[in-house]
Amino acid sequence: MVFSLYLSFQDWDGVGDMRFVGLQQYKWLLEDSVFWHSILNTFQIWFLSTVPMLFLALVIAFLLHSQTRFSTVYRVAYFIPNVTSMVAMTIVFGSVFAQAGLANSMLRAIGVEDGVGWLSSSLGIKSAISLMIIWRWVGYNALIFLAGLQAIPTELFEAARVDGANSRQTLFRVVVPQLRPVILFAVITSTINGLQIFTESQVLFYSDDPGTTGGPGQEGMTIVLYLWQKSFNDLQFGYGAAMGWLLFALIALFAIINWRLVSGSERADGRGIALRKGARNGR
Amino acid sequence: MAVERRRGAAVTADRAPSSVGLAVGAGSRATRIWVRVALLLGVLVSLFPFYWLVVMASVTTQDILSYPPRLVPGAQLLHNMGEVIERVDFFASLFNTLVVAVTGTVLVLFFDSLAAFAFAKYEFPAKKFLFGALMATYMIPAQLSLVPQFVTMAEFGWAGSLKALIIPGAANAFGIFWMRQYAQNSLPDELLDAGRIDGAGFFRLYWQVAMPLFRPALAFLGIFTFIGIWNDYIWPLVVMVNPDRLTLQVALANLNVVYNTDYAVVMAGALMSVVPLIVVFLIGARHFLRDLAAGATKM
Repeated sequence: MVFSLYLSFQDWDGVGDMRFVGLQQYKWLLEDSVFWHSILNTFQIWFLSTVPMLFLALVIAFLLHSQTRFSTVYRVAYFIPNVTSMVAMTIVFGSVFAQAGLANSMLRAIGVEDGVGWLSSSLGIKSAISLMIIWRWVGYNALIFLAGLQAIPTELFEAARVDGANSRQTLFRVVVPQLRPVILFAVITSTINGLQIFTESQVLFYSDDPGTTGGPGQEGMTIVLYLWQKSFNDLQFGYGAAMGWLLFALIALFAIINWRLVSGSERADGRGIALRKGARNGR
Repeated sequence: MAVERRRGAAVTADRAPSSVGLAVGAGSRATRIWVRVALLLGVLVSLFPFYWLVVMASVTTQDILSYPPRLVPGAQLLHNMGEVIERVDFFASLFNTLVVAVTGTVLVLFFDSLAAFAFAKYEFPAKKFLFGALMATYMIPAQLSLVPQFVTMAEFGWAGSLKALIIPGAANAFGIFWMRQYAQNSLPDELLDAGRIDGAGFFRLYWQVAMPLFRPALAFLGIFTFIGIWNDYIWPLVVMVNPDRLTLQVALANLNVVYNTDYAVVMAGALMSVVPLIVVFLIGARHFLRDLAAGATKM
Protein backbone atom coordinates (compact mmCIF):
# COMPACT_ATOMS: atom_id res chain seq x y z
CA MET A 1 0.00 0.00 0.00
CA VAL A 2 2.56 2.48 1.16
CA PHE A 3 4.93 1.25 -1.50
CA SER A 4 2.30 1.82 -4.16
CA LEU A 5 1.77 5.38 -2.92
CA TYR A 6 5.55 5.91 -3.03
CA LEU A 7 5.72 4.41 -6.50
CA SER A 8 3.03 6.71 -7.75
CA PHE A 9 5.39 9.66 -7.17
CA GLN A 10 8.18 8.02 -9.15
CA ASP A 11 9.05 7.51 -12.74
CA TRP A 12 10.27 3.93 -12.98
CA ASP A 13 10.46 1.23 -15.61
CA GLY A 14 11.12 -1.55 -13.15
CA VAL A 15 14.79 -1.95 -14.02
CA GLY A 16 16.69 1.35 -13.88
CA ASP A 17 16.75 3.92 -11.12
CA MET A 18 13.62 5.54 -9.87
CA ARG A 19 13.25 9.22 -10.58
CA PHE A 20 11.20 11.30 -8.19
CA VAL A 21 8.58 13.23 -10.10
CA GLY A 22 6.24 14.24 -7.30
CA LEU A 23 2.66 14.71 -8.38
CA GLN A 24 3.64 14.70 -12.06
CA GLN A 25 2.18 11.22 -12.61
CA TYR A 26 -1.20 12.44 -11.44
CA LYS A 27 -0.93 15.54 -13.55
CA TRP A 28 -0.08 13.48 -16.63
CA LEU A 29 -2.90 11.14 -15.80
CA LEU A 30 -5.44 13.94 -15.63
CA GLU A 31 -4.21 15.21 -19.00
CA ASP A 32 -4.28 11.75 -20.57
CA SER A 33 -7.22 11.53 -22.95
CA VAL A 34 -7.05 7.72 -23.07
CA PHE A 35 -7.45 7.61 -19.31
CA TRP A 36 -10.57 9.77 -19.46
CA HIS A 37 -11.84 7.67 -22.32
CA SER A 38 -11.33 4.53 -20.23
CA ILE A 39 -13.26 6.06 -17.34
CA LEU A 40 -16.12 7.00 -19.64
CA ASN A 41 -16.15 3.52 -21.19
CA THR A 42 -16.12 1.86 -17.79
CA PHE A 43 -19.08 3.91 -16.62
CA GLN A 44 -21.04 3.30 -19.80
CA ILE A 45 -20.48 -0.44 -19.54
CA TRP A 46 -21.32 -0.35 -15.86
CA PHE A 47 -24.60 1.45 -16.54
CA LEU A 48 -25.53 -0.71 -19.52
CA SER A 49 -25.00 -3.85 -17.48
CA THR A 50 -26.11 -2.99 -13.96
CA VAL A 51 -29.54 -1.50 -14.62
CA PRO A 52 -30.97 -4.37 -16.70
CA MET A 53 -29.13 -6.93 -14.60
CA LEU A 54 -30.65 -5.85 -11.30
CA PHE A 55 -34.09 -5.54 -12.85
CA LEU A 56 -33.90 -9.02 -14.33
CA ALA A 57 -32.50 -10.40 -11.09
CA LEU A 58 -35.46 -8.99 -9.20
CA VAL A 59 -37.89 -10.58 -11.66
CA ILE A 60 -36.14 -13.94 -11.46
CA ALA A 61 -36.09 -13.76 -7.68
CA PHE A 62 -39.87 -13.24 -7.61
CA LEU A 63 -40.44 -16.10 -10.01
CA LEU A 64 -38.16 -18.40 -8.02
CA HIS A 65 -39.87 -17.39 -4.83
CA SER A 66 -43.23 -18.50 -6.14
CA GLN A 67 -41.86 -21.77 -7.44
CA THR A 68 -41.12 -24.45 -4.91
CA ARG A 69 -40.64 -27.46 -7.15
CA PHE A 70 -37.07 -28.12 -8.31
CA SER A 71 -35.90 -25.02 -6.50
CA THR A 72 -32.38 -26.38 -5.99
CA VAL A 73 -32.08 -27.28 -9.66
CA TYR A 74 -33.11 -23.76 -10.67
CA ARG A 75 -30.68 -22.17 -8.27
CA VAL A 76 -27.79 -24.26 -9.50
CA ALA A 77 -28.67 -23.55 -13.13
CA TYR A 78 -28.92 -19.81 -12.56
CA PHE A 79 -25.71 -19.70 -10.57
CA ILE A 80 -23.45 -21.70 -12.88
CA PRO A 81 -22.53 -18.74 -15.14
CA ASN A 82 -21.05 -17.03 -12.12
CA VAL A 83 -18.57 -19.75 -11.24
CA THR A 84 -17.16 -20.47 -14.65
CA SER A 85 -13.94 -19.09 -15.97
CA MET A 86 -14.29 -15.67 -17.49
CA VAL A 87 -11.52 -16.29 -19.99
CA ALA A 88 -13.25 -19.35 -21.42
CA MET A 89 -16.65 -17.74 -21.54
CA THR A 90 -15.28 -14.54 -23.06
CA ILE A 91 -13.85 -16.67 -25.85
CA VAL A 92 -17.27 -18.26 -26.34
CA PHE A 93 -19.04 -14.92 -26.37
CA GLY A 94 -16.36 -13.52 -28.62
CA SER A 95 -17.31 -16.06 -31.26
CA VAL A 96 -21.03 -15.53 -30.68
CA PHE A 97 -20.59 -11.79 -31.27
CA ALA A 98 -18.22 -12.14 -34.22
CA GLN A 99 -19.35 -10.56 -37.50
CA ALA A 100 -20.45 -13.97 -38.83
CA GLY A 101 -21.20 -15.31 -35.36
CA LEU A 102 -24.31 -16.75 -33.83
CA ALA A 103 -25.76 -13.44 -32.68
CA ASN A 104 -25.69 -11.94 -36.16
CA SER A 105 -26.87 -15.22 -37.70
CA MET A 106 -29.91 -15.05 -35.49
CA LEU A 107 -30.49 -11.44 -36.45
CA ARG A 108 -30.19 -12.44 -40.09
CA ALA A 109 -32.75 -15.18 -39.57
CA ILE A 110 -35.25 -12.61 -38.34
CA GLY A 111 -34.51 -10.24 -41.18
CA VAL A 112 -31.79 -7.91 -39.91
CA GLU A 113 -29.47 -8.55 -42.83
CA ASP A 114 -26.50 -6.43 -41.83
CA GLY A 115 -26.36 -7.60 -38.25
CA VAL A 116 -24.75 -5.54 -35.53
CA GLY A 117 -21.10 -4.57 -35.30
CA TRP A 118 -20.80 -6.19 -31.90
CA LEU A 119 -17.03 -6.01 -31.86
CA SER A 120 -16.50 -3.05 -34.13
CA SER A 121 -18.86 -0.23 -33.19
CA SER A 122 -18.79 1.74 -29.98
CA LEU A 123 -22.26 0.80 -28.81
CA GLY A 124 -21.81 -2.78 -30.04
CA ILE A 125 -18.64 -3.30 -28.03
CA LYS A 126 -20.19 -1.91 -24.89
CA SER A 127 -23.38 -3.91 -25.34
CA ALA A 128 -21.44 -7.11 -25.97
CA ILE A 129 -19.37 -6.65 -22.81
CA SER A 130 -22.48 -5.67 -20.85
CA LEU A 131 -24.34 -8.76 -22.04
CA MET A 132 -21.49 -10.93 -20.81
CA ILE A 133 -21.58 -9.23 -17.44
CA ILE A 134 -25.36 -9.55 -17.22
CA TRP A 135 -25.21 -13.24 -18.12
CA ARG A 136 -22.55 -13.81 -15.50
CA TRP A 137 -24.06 -11.89 -12.59
CA VAL A 138 -27.81 -11.96 -12.99
CA GLY A 139 -28.22 -15.34 -11.29
CA TYR A 140 -25.94 -14.35 -8.45
CA ASN A 141 -28.01 -11.25 -7.74
CA ALA A 142 -31.28 -13.14 -8.16
CA LEU A 143 -30.22 -15.58 -5.45
CA ILE A 144 -29.23 -12.72 -3.16
CA PHE A 145 -32.63 -11.08 -3.74
CA LEU A 146 -34.36 -14.41 -3.22
CA ALA A 147 -32.69 -14.81 0.17
CA GLY A 148 -33.92 -11.34 1.06
CA LEU A 149 -37.45 -12.19 -0.09
CA GLN A 150 -37.57 -15.31 2.00
CA ALA A 151 -36.54 -13.35 5.05
CA ILE A 152 -39.64 -11.10 4.83
CA PRO A 153 -42.11 -12.16 7.54
CA THR A 154 -45.40 -13.57 6.22
CA GLU A 155 -47.33 -11.31 8.60
CA LEU A 156 -46.42 -8.27 6.52
CA PHE A 157 -48.18 -9.76 3.52
CA GLU A 158 -51.17 -10.71 5.62
CA ALA A 159 -51.38 -7.16 6.96
CA ALA A 160 -51.17 -5.72 3.46
CA ARG A 161 -53.97 -8.01 2.31
CA VAL A 162 -56.17 -7.09 5.25
CA ASP A 163 -55.61 -3.43 4.37
CA GLY A 164 -56.78 -4.18 0.86
CA ALA A 165 -53.53 -3.66 -1.00
CA ASN A 166 -53.37 -4.91 -4.56
CA SER A 167 -50.35 -6.81 -5.79
CA ARG A 168 -48.71 -3.74 -7.26
CA GLN A 169 -49.01 -1.88 -3.99
CA THR A 170 -47.75 -4.89 -2.11
CA LEU A 171 -44.74 -5.09 -4.37
CA PHE A 172 -43.71 -1.45 -4.09
CA ARG A 173 -44.81 -0.65 -0.55
CA VAL A 174 -44.01 -3.90 1.23
CA VAL A 175 -41.53 -5.99 -0.73
CA VAL A 176 -39.21 -3.36 -2.13
CA PRO A 177 -38.76 -1.41 1.14
CA GLN A 178 -38.08 -4.67 2.97
CA LEU A 179 -35.53 -5.61 0.35
CA ARG A 180 -33.79 -2.26 0.52
CA PRO A 181 -30.65 -3.44 2.34
CA VAL A 182 -30.28 -6.37 -0.03
CA ILE A 183 -30.78 -4.17 -3.08
CA LEU A 184 -28.16 -1.79 -1.77
CA PHE A 185 -25.77 -4.68 -1.23
CA ALA A 186 -26.31 -5.70 -4.84
CA VAL A 187 -25.83 -2.13 -6.09
CA ILE A 188 -22.60 -1.75 -4.13
CA THR A 189 -21.12 -5.05 -5.24
CA SER A 190 -22.05 -4.46 -8.86
CA THR A 191 -20.51 -1.00 -8.74
CA ILE A 192 -17.28 -2.31 -7.30
CA ASN A 193 -17.19 -5.15 -9.82
CA GLY A 194 -18.20 -2.82 -12.62
CA LEU A 195 -15.31 -0.46 -11.96
CA GLN A 196 -12.89 -3.38 -12.20
CA ILE A 197 -13.85 -4.84 -15.58
CA PHE A 198 -10.78 -6.27 -17.20
CA THR A 199 -10.87 -9.83 -18.50
CA GLU A 200 -13.70 -9.34 -20.99
CA SER A 201 -12.00 -6.50 -22.84
CA GLN A 202 -8.52 -7.95 -22.52
CA VAL A 203 -9.43 -11.34 -23.95
CA LEU A 204 -11.79 -9.97 -26.62
CA PHE A 205 -9.37 -7.42 -27.99
CA TYR A 206 -5.89 -8.64 -27.17
CA SER A 207 -3.30 -6.94 -29.27
CA ASP A 208 0.40 -6.17 -29.05
CA ASP A 209 -0.21 -2.75 -30.46
CA PRO A 210 -0.87 -0.40 -27.52
CA GLY A 211 -2.86 1.90 -29.80
CA THR A 212 -5.55 -0.72 -30.31
CA THR A 213 -5.84 -2.25 -26.85
CA GLY A 214 -9.50 -2.24 -26.00
CA GLY A 215 -10.64 -2.83 -29.56
CA PRO A 216 -11.54 -0.52 -32.44
CA GLY A 217 -11.37 3.09 -31.33
CA GLN A 218 -10.39 1.79 -27.88
CA GLU A 219 -14.09 1.68 -27.13
CA GLY A 220 -13.58 -1.33 -24.89
CA MET A 221 -10.69 0.22 -22.97
CA THR A 222 -11.50 0.08 -19.28
CA ILE A 223 -9.69 1.63 -16.34
CA VAL A 224 -8.10 -1.60 -15.20
CA LEU A 225 -7.17 -2.61 -18.73
CA TYR A 226 -5.37 0.70 -19.15
CA LEU A 227 -3.68 0.27 -15.79
CA TRP A 228 -2.46 -3.16 -16.85
CA GLN A 229 -1.32 -1.97 -20.23
CA LYS A 230 0.64 1.01 -18.89
CA SER A 231 2.23 -0.96 -16.06
CA PHE A 232 3.08 -4.25 -17.69
CA ASN A 233 3.25 -3.55 -21.41
CA ASP A 234 4.77 -0.10 -21.31
CA LEU A 235 6.52 -0.71 -17.96
CA GLN A 236 5.45 2.61 -16.51
CA PHE A 237 5.04 1.33 -12.99
CA GLY A 238 4.69 4.75 -11.38
CA TYR A 239 1.93 5.66 -13.81
CA GLY A 240 0.14 2.39 -13.13
CA ALA A 241 0.39 2.92 -9.38
CA ALA A 242 -1.05 6.41 -9.72
CA MET A 243 -3.92 4.97 -11.72
CA GLY A 244 -4.50 2.37 -9.02
CA TRP A 245 -4.89 5.15 -6.50
CA LEU A 246 -7.35 7.06 -8.64
CA LEU A 247 -9.35 3.85 -9.07
CA PHE A 248 -9.31 3.40 -5.32
CA ALA A 249 -10.51 6.98 -4.87
CA LEU A 250 -13.38 6.32 -7.29
CA ILE A 251 -14.44 3.17 -5.46
CA ALA A 252 -14.18 4.87 -2.08
CA LEU A 253 -16.26 7.76 -3.41
CA PHE A 254 -18.98 5.33 -4.51
CA ALA A 255 -18.85 3.48 -1.21
CA ILE A 256 -19.38 6.77 0.62
CA ILE A 257 -22.26 7.80 -1.66
CA ASN A 258 -23.91 4.43 -1.18
CA TRP A 259 -23.40 4.57 2.55
CA ARG A 260 -24.94 8.06 2.65
CA LEU A 261 -27.90 6.79 0.70
CA VAL A 262 -28.50 4.00 3.21
CA SER A 263 -28.18 6.09 6.33
CA GLY A 264 -30.01 8.98 4.67
CA SER A 265 -33.00 6.94 3.64
CA GLU A 266 -33.13 5.27 7.03
CA ARG A 267 -33.55 8.64 8.65
CA ALA A 268 -36.25 9.71 6.21
CA ASP A 269 -39.61 7.98 6.35
CA GLY A 270 -40.11 4.46 5.10
CA ARG A 271 -40.20 5.49 1.47
CA GLY A 272 -36.66 6.65 1.02
CA ILE A 273 -34.33 6.72 -1.90
CA ALA A 274 -34.06 2.97 -2.17
CA LEU A 275 -37.81 2.66 -2.63
CA ARG A 276 -37.82 5.13 -5.45
CA LYS A 277 -34.86 3.37 -6.97
CA GLY A 278 -36.61 0.03 -6.60
CA ALA A 279 -39.80 1.43 -8.07
CA ARG A 280 -37.92 2.69 -11.06
CA ASN A 281 -36.38 -0.72 -11.52
CA GLY A 282 -39.78 -2.30 -11.18
CA ARG A 283 -41.27 -0.47 -14.14
CA MET B 1 -27.81 -32.07 6.35
CA ALA B 2 -30.82 -33.91 5.06
CA VAL B 3 -32.92 -32.82 8.00
CA GLU B 4 -31.89 -29.24 7.57
CA ARG B 5 -32.74 -29.32 3.92
CA ARG B 6 -36.18 -30.67 4.50
CA ARG B 7 -36.82 -28.00 7.07
CA GLY B 8 -35.71 -25.34 4.61
CA ALA B 9 -38.02 -26.68 1.96
CA ALA B 10 -40.93 -26.77 4.36
CA VAL B 11 -40.47 -23.14 5.28
CA THR B 12 -40.47 -22.01 1.69
CA ALA B 13 -43.40 -24.16 0.80
CA ASP B 14 -45.48 -22.71 3.56
CA ARG B 15 -44.56 -19.15 2.89
CA ALA B 16 -44.69 -19.15 -0.83
CA PRO B 17 -48.43 -19.30 -1.49
CA SER B 18 -49.37 -16.39 0.74
CA SER B 19 -46.49 -14.05 -0.04
CA VAL B 20 -46.11 -14.63 -3.72
CA GLY B 21 -49.75 -14.94 -4.36
CA LEU B 22 -49.86 -11.32 -3.39
CA ALA B 23 -46.60 -10.24 -4.89
CA VAL B 24 -46.92 -11.63 -8.37
CA GLY B 25 -50.65 -11.82 -8.75
CA ALA B 26 -53.20 -14.52 -8.12
CA GLY B 27 -51.73 -17.98 -7.69
CA SER B 28 -53.95 -19.41 -10.38
CA ARG B 29 -53.02 -22.40 -12.49
CA ALA B 30 -52.34 -20.29 -15.56
CA THR B 31 -50.02 -17.99 -13.61
CA ARG B 32 -48.10 -20.94 -12.25
CA ILE B 33 -47.57 -22.30 -15.74
CA TRP B 34 -46.34 -18.94 -16.99
CA VAL B 35 -43.97 -18.67 -14.05
CA ARG B 36 -42.56 -22.06 -14.91
CA VAL B 37 -42.19 -21.20 -18.58
CA ALA B 38 -40.36 -17.98 -17.72
CA LEU B 39 -38.04 -19.76 -15.31
CA LEU B 40 -37.23 -22.47 -17.83
CA LEU B 41 -36.50 -19.83 -20.42
CA GLY B 42 -34.08 -18.22 -17.97
CA VAL B 43 -32.40 -21.57 -17.36
CA LEU B 44 -32.02 -22.01 -21.12
CA VAL B 45 -30.35 -18.63 -21.51
CA SER B 46 -28.13 -19.38 -18.53
CA LEU B 47 -26.98 -22.72 -19.84
CA PHE B 48 -26.98 -22.08 -23.57
CA PRO B 49 -23.42 -20.70 -23.79
CA PHE B 50 -22.18 -23.97 -22.28
CA TYR B 51 -24.10 -26.00 -24.81
CA TRP B 52 -22.79 -23.76 -27.55
CA LEU B 53 -19.28 -24.28 -26.23
CA VAL B 54 -19.75 -28.04 -26.48
CA VAL B 55 -21.08 -27.67 -30.03
CA MET B 56 -18.16 -25.53 -31.14
CA ALA B 57 -15.61 -27.75 -29.43
CA SER B 58 -16.91 -30.83 -31.21
CA VAL B 59 -17.01 -29.66 -34.84
CA THR B 60 -14.47 -28.33 -37.29
CA THR B 61 -13.57 -24.69 -37.62
CA GLN B 62 -15.23 -24.64 -41.04
CA ASP B 63 -18.50 -25.77 -39.46
CA ILE B 64 -18.28 -22.98 -36.93
CA LEU B 65 -17.84 -20.36 -39.64
CA SER B 66 -20.57 -21.69 -41.91
CA TYR B 67 -24.01 -20.22 -42.36
CA PRO B 68 -26.54 -21.19 -41.19
CA PRO B 69 -24.74 -22.14 -37.99
CA ARG B 70 -24.59 -25.76 -36.97
CA LEU B 71 -26.57 -26.28 -33.79
CA VAL B 72 -25.82 -29.88 -32.88
CA PRO B 73 -22.54 -31.31 -31.57
CA GLY B 74 -20.27 -33.06 -34.03
CA ALA B 75 -17.76 -35.88 -33.76
CA GLN B 76 -14.55 -33.85 -33.64
CA LEU B 77 -14.35 -33.39 -29.89
CA LEU B 78 -11.56 -35.86 -29.18
CA HIS B 79 -9.56 -34.68 -32.14
CA ASN B 80 -9.86 -31.05 -31.05
CA MET B 81 -8.94 -31.92 -27.48
CA GLY B 82 -5.87 -33.75 -28.76
CA GLU B 83 -4.83 -30.62 -30.63
CA VAL B 84 -5.16 -28.55 -27.45
CA ILE B 85 -3.01 -30.99 -25.51
CA GLU B 86 -0.40 -30.78 -28.23
CA ARG B 87 -0.31 -27.04 -28.73
CA VAL B 88 -0.34 -25.69 -25.21
CA ASP B 89 1.06 -27.96 -22.60
CA PHE B 90 -2.43 -28.54 -21.27
CA PHE B 91 -1.61 -31.04 -18.54
CA ALA B 92 1.25 -28.93 -17.22
CA SER B 93 -0.97 -25.89 -16.86
CA LEU B 94 -3.79 -27.99 -15.44
CA PHE B 95 -1.30 -29.35 -12.90
CA ASN B 96 -0.03 -25.85 -12.06
CA THR B 97 -3.56 -24.60 -11.61
CA LEU B 98 -4.48 -27.55 -9.41
CA VAL B 99 -1.39 -27.10 -7.23
CA VAL B 100 -2.05 -23.40 -6.82
CA ALA B 101 -5.78 -23.80 -6.18
CA VAL B 102 -5.43 -26.69 -3.72
CA THR B 103 -2.53 -25.34 -1.65
CA GLY B 104 -3.95 -21.83 -1.85
CA THR B 105 -7.31 -23.04 -0.54
CA VAL B 106 -5.75 -25.10 2.26
CA LEU B 107 -3.65 -22.13 3.37
CA VAL B 108 -6.61 -19.76 3.26
CA LEU B 109 -8.72 -22.15 5.33
CA PHE B 110 -5.95 -22.56 7.87
CA PHE B 111 -4.87 -18.95 8.29
CA ASP B 112 -8.33 -17.42 8.04
CA SER B 113 -9.84 -19.75 10.60
CA LEU B 114 -6.85 -19.36 12.91
CA ALA B 115 -7.07 -15.58 12.76
CA ALA B 116 -10.85 -15.68 13.06
CA PHE B 117 -10.60 -17.94 16.11
CA ALA B 118 -8.27 -15.46 17.79
CA PHE B 119 -10.42 -12.47 16.83
CA ALA B 120 -13.61 -14.13 18.04
CA LYS B 121 -12.47 -15.68 21.29
CA TYR B 122 -9.38 -13.90 22.59
CA GLU B 123 -8.56 -10.45 23.88
CA PHE B 124 -5.29 -8.92 22.82
CA PRO B 125 -3.86 -5.41 22.47
CA ALA B 126 -5.13 -3.33 19.57
CA LYS B 127 -7.63 -6.04 18.59
CA LYS B 128 -10.29 -3.59 17.42
CA PHE B 129 -7.77 -1.58 15.45
CA LEU B 130 -6.30 -4.67 13.78
CA PHE B 131 -9.72 -5.95 12.82
CA GLY B 132 -10.69 -2.56 11.46
CA ALA B 133 -7.51 -2.37 9.43
CA LEU B 134 -8.19 -5.85 8.08
CA MET B 135 -11.72 -4.90 7.02
CA ALA B 136 -10.37 -1.76 5.36
CA THR B 137 -8.22 -3.91 3.08
CA TYR B 138 -11.44 -5.59 1.95
CA MET B 139 -12.52 -2.30 0.36
CA ILE B 140 -9.31 -1.83 -1.57
CA PRO B 141 -9.42 -2.94 -5.18
CA ALA B 142 -7.00 -5.74 -6.00
CA GLN B 143 -5.65 -3.66 -8.88
CA LEU B 144 -4.23 -1.10 -6.50
CA SER B 145 -1.74 -3.65 -5.23
CA LEU B 146 -1.09 -5.13 -8.67
CA VAL B 147 2.04 -3.09 -9.38
CA PRO B 148 3.61 -3.10 -5.88
CA GLN B 149 2.84 -6.78 -5.41
CA PHE B 150 4.49 -7.57 -8.70
CA VAL B 151 7.54 -5.52 -7.75
CA THR B 152 7.71 -7.28 -4.37
CA MET B 153 7.53 -10.68 -6.04
CA ALA B 154 10.25 -9.66 -8.48
CA GLU B 155 12.45 -8.49 -5.58
CA PHE B 156 11.98 -11.84 -3.84
CA GLY B 157 12.90 -13.54 -7.08
CA TRP B 158 9.52 -15.29 -7.07
CA ALA B 159 8.10 -13.84 -10.26
CA GLY B 160 7.35 -16.71 -12.57
CA SER B 161 7.21 -19.34 -9.84
CA LEU B 162 4.08 -20.84 -8.34
CA LYS B 163 4.97 -19.30 -4.97
CA ALA B 164 4.05 -15.91 -6.40
CA LEU B 165 0.55 -17.23 -7.04
CA ILE B 166 0.08 -18.99 -3.74
CA ILE B 167 1.68 -16.89 -1.00
CA PRO B 168 0.14 -13.41 -1.58
CA GLY B 169 -3.35 -14.91 -1.42
CA ALA B 170 -2.75 -17.16 1.58
CA ALA B 171 -5.07 -15.19 3.85
CA ASN B 172 -7.82 -12.74 3.08
CA ALA B 173 -10.11 -10.32 4.83
CA PHE B 174 -13.33 -11.85 3.56
CA GLY B 175 -12.47 -15.29 4.93
CA ILE B 176 -11.45 -13.96 8.31
CA PHE B 177 -14.63 -11.93 8.55
CA TRP B 178 -16.77 -14.88 7.49
CA MET B 179 -15.11 -17.31 9.90
CA ARG B 180 -15.20 -14.84 12.76
CA GLN B 181 -18.96 -14.39 12.37
CA TYR B 182 -19.34 -18.12 12.37
CA ALA B 183 -17.06 -18.60 15.39
CA GLN B 184 -18.98 -16.02 17.40
CA ASN B 185 -22.30 -17.69 16.72
CA SER B 186 -21.50 -21.33 16.90
CA LEU B 187 -18.51 -21.89 19.12
CA PRO B 188 -19.67 -21.80 22.77
CA ASP B 189 -17.22 -20.40 25.33
CA GLU B 190 -18.08 -23.28 27.65
CA LEU B 191 -16.55 -25.72 25.24
CA LEU B 192 -13.30 -23.77 25.21
CA ASP B 193 -13.35 -23.52 29.00
CA ALA B 194 -13.78 -27.25 29.25
CA GLY B 195 -10.80 -27.68 26.97
CA ARG B 196 -8.76 -25.30 29.08
CA ILE B 197 -9.57 -27.28 32.22
CA ASP B 198 -8.27 -30.33 30.43
CA GLY B 199 -5.04 -28.40 29.88
CA ALA B 200 -5.26 -27.49 26.21
CA GLY B 201 -3.36 -24.44 24.99
CA PHE B 202 -4.34 -21.97 22.26
CA PHE B 203 -3.32 -24.05 19.32
CA ARG B 204 -4.80 -27.24 20.65
CA LEU B 205 -8.11 -25.51 21.38
CA TYR B 206 -8.07 -24.19 17.84
CA TRP B 207 -7.23 -27.45 16.19
CA GLN B 208 -9.20 -29.94 18.29
CA VAL B 209 -12.14 -27.95 19.61
CA ALA B 210 -12.84 -25.16 17.15
CA MET B 211 -11.85 -26.75 13.84
CA PRO B 212 -14.38 -29.61 13.88
CA LEU B 213 -17.17 -27.13 14.60
CA PHE B 214 -16.02 -24.81 11.83
CA ARG B 215 -16.52 -27.47 9.20
CA PRO B 216 -19.72 -26.15 7.53
CA ALA B 217 -18.32 -22.63 7.26
CA LEU B 218 -15.02 -23.98 5.99
CA ALA B 219 -16.82 -25.90 3.27
CA PHE B 220 -18.28 -22.72 1.83
CA LEU B 221 -15.08 -20.74 2.19
CA GLY B 222 -13.15 -23.61 0.62
CA ILE B 223 -15.27 -23.88 -2.52
CA PHE B 224 -15.47 -20.12 -2.82
CA THR B 225 -11.70 -19.74 -2.55
CA PHE B 226 -10.97 -22.65 -4.86
CA ILE B 227 -13.19 -21.24 -7.60
CA GLY B 228 -11.72 -17.79 -7.11
CA ILE B 229 -8.13 -18.97 -7.44
CA TRP B 230 -8.93 -21.23 -10.37
CA ASN B 231 -10.53 -18.38 -12.27
CA ASP B 232 -8.07 -15.66 -11.39
CA TYR B 233 -6.67 -14.21 -14.56
CA ILE B 234 -5.04 -10.82 -14.10
CA TRP B 235 -2.55 -11.77 -11.37
CA PRO B 236 -1.19 -14.93 -13.05
CA LEU B 237 -1.10 -13.02 -16.33
CA VAL B 238 1.11 -10.40 -14.73
CA VAL B 239 3.34 -12.46 -12.51
CA MET B 240 3.87 -15.69 -14.47
CA VAL B 241 6.67 -14.33 -16.60
CA ASN B 242 7.96 -17.84 -17.21
CA PRO B 243 6.10 -19.32 -20.20
CA ASP B 244 6.55 -22.90 -18.95
CA ARG B 245 4.61 -22.22 -15.81
CA LEU B 246 1.28 -20.88 -16.93
CA THR B 247 -2.02 -21.42 -15.25
CA LEU B 248 -4.93 -22.74 -17.24
CA GLN B 249 -6.54 -19.33 -17.70
CA VAL B 250 -3.40 -17.73 -19.08
CA ALA B 251 -2.61 -20.75 -21.25
CA LEU B 252 -6.13 -20.59 -22.63
CA ALA B 253 -5.86 -16.88 -23.37
CA ASN B 254 -2.58 -17.55 -25.16
CA LEU B 255 -4.17 -20.35 -27.15
CA ASN B 256 -6.85 -17.88 -28.17
CA VAL B 257 -4.32 -15.28 -29.25
CA VAL B 258 -2.00 -17.60 -31.14
CA TYR B 259 -4.49 -20.01 -32.72
CA ASN B 260 -7.51 -17.81 -33.06
CA THR B 261 -8.10 -18.95 -36.61
CA ASP B 262 -8.56 -22.45 -35.26
CA TYR B 263 -11.79 -21.72 -33.43
CA ALA B 264 -12.67 -25.33 -32.79
CA VAL B 265 -9.39 -26.04 -31.01
CA VAL B 266 -9.65 -22.90 -28.90
CA MET B 267 -13.20 -23.90 -27.94
CA ALA B 268 -12.05 -27.38 -26.97
CA GLY B 269 -9.46 -25.75 -24.72
CA ALA B 270 -12.11 -23.51 -23.19
CA LEU B 271 -14.32 -26.50 -22.57
CA MET B 272 -11.49 -28.42 -20.92
CA SER B 273 -10.78 -25.51 -18.60
CA VAL B 274 -14.40 -25.10 -17.57
CA VAL B 275 -15.38 -28.71 -16.86
CA PRO B 276 -13.29 -29.36 -13.70
CA LEU B 277 -14.66 -26.24 -12.10
CA ILE B 278 -18.27 -27.07 -12.84
CA VAL B 279 -17.69 -30.48 -11.25
CA VAL B 280 -16.30 -28.88 -8.09
CA PHE B 281 -19.20 -26.44 -7.99
CA LEU B 282 -21.85 -29.10 -8.48
CA ILE B 283 -20.38 -31.21 -5.68
CA GLY B 284 -20.61 -28.35 -3.22
CA ALA B 285 -23.49 -26.47 -4.80
CA ARG B 286 -26.07 -26.96 -2.09
CA HIS B 287 -23.84 -25.74 0.72
CA PHE B 288 -22.49 -23.02 -1.41
CA LEU B 289 -25.76 -21.47 -2.51
CA ARG B 290 -27.30 -21.58 0.94
CA ASP B 291 -24.30 -19.97 2.62
CA LEU B 292 -23.95 -17.37 -0.08
CA ALA B 293 -27.52 -16.25 0.48
CA ALA B 294 -27.06 -16.28 4.24
CA GLY B 295 -23.93 -14.14 3.96
CA ALA B 296 -25.68 -11.50 1.91
CA THR B 297 -28.84 -11.10 3.96
CA LYS B 298 -27.02 -10.92 7.27
CA MET B 299 -24.83 -8.12 6.07
